[in-house]
Amino acid sequence: MLPDTSIHADRPHHPALAHHFESIEAQKDAATLGMWVFLVTEVLFFGGLFATYSVYRMWYPAAFAVASHELNIALGTINTAVLITSSLTMALAVHASQTGERRQLMLFLIATMILGGVFLGIKGVEYYQKFVEHHVPGPDFKFEAEYFLHAQIFFSLYFMMTGLHALHMIIGLGIMTWMLWWSWNGTITRDYAAPIEIAGLYWHFVDIVWIFLFPLLYLIGRHVHV
Amino acid sequence: MSDHIVPRRVYFTIYGILLLGTYLTVQFAFFDLGALNTIAALTIAVVKATLVVLFFMHVRYSTRLTWLVIAGSVLWLAILLAMTMGDYLTRAWRTYG
Repeated sequence: MLPDTSIHADRPHHPALAHHFESIEAQKDAATLGMWVFLVTEVLFFGGLFATYSVYRMWYPAAFAVASHELNIALGTINTAVLITSSLTMALAVHASQTGERRQLMLFLIATMILGGVFLGIKGVEYYQKFVEHHVPGPDFKFEAEYFLHAQIFFSLYFMMTGLHALHMIIGLGIMTWMLWWSWNGTITRDYAAPIEIAGLYWHFVDIVWIFLFPLLYLIGRHVHV
Repeated sequence: MSDHIVPRRVYFTIYGILLLGTYLTVQFAFFDLGALNTIAALTIAVVKATLVVLFFMHVRYSTRLTWLVIAGSVLWLAILLAMTMGDYLTRAWRTYG
């Protein structure tokens, strides 16, 4: 093995500190910044879909209002509350990691994953209803003749945006499983809680996407149509 | 800064406000406010998102560089939406000949 000639050669070394960082704080700041740069690309990724939505809604406001009315507002509202609650448990998991309470950390991570699973389950029920009602764009699509074409654009955007959001949730569940493993095997310590925080940033970002999707998809037709 | 631990009651307060915002946005949707419906929905969504970013995502306690990156993302998203809508909203104005 080669001798350690880095600037840390003669200093006590934190096991979680990579050799190219001066301190554990600098390492955490770099990781946080890196995650935010990634989230910026995600903002613009979803931003393209929101721009598409805006253009089509501007062109076909009536069809969008009528089609939006077909979504299940009760399930959408419950899912919004479920996701916000999962953000709370995620924030509490970060708190537990920073104070070194490993048991609480693991419990809050599991709670976050269960709530994420509940969200996806409810989403699955909603998708199922859409298939049963023939509201999936394609050859089997059925809708009022007047809005037949343009309602398909709404439902295409609905499935594209919520589907991409659900994919992010599934990836989030994978990240949470990884973090749960690291909490269990002792990789996460009070000094090295950064991975939990970074995973939390991702989870909260996915929550924010839903905060915008919910009113734009579910709530635009309520006062127009009975 | 880096080692700032946000007290738990902050998280619970923000959680309460987020649920209240969800309740309000659903209630507003059932009243016919014209163009205000969309404005109200988006305002509530922006407030909720800002609270999540500042407190749940700890940006209130983060480095200035993090603030700069987030401001950059908001700026580029604004350019994306403004340019796109600037095109589509003004297409009807075209007159030829």
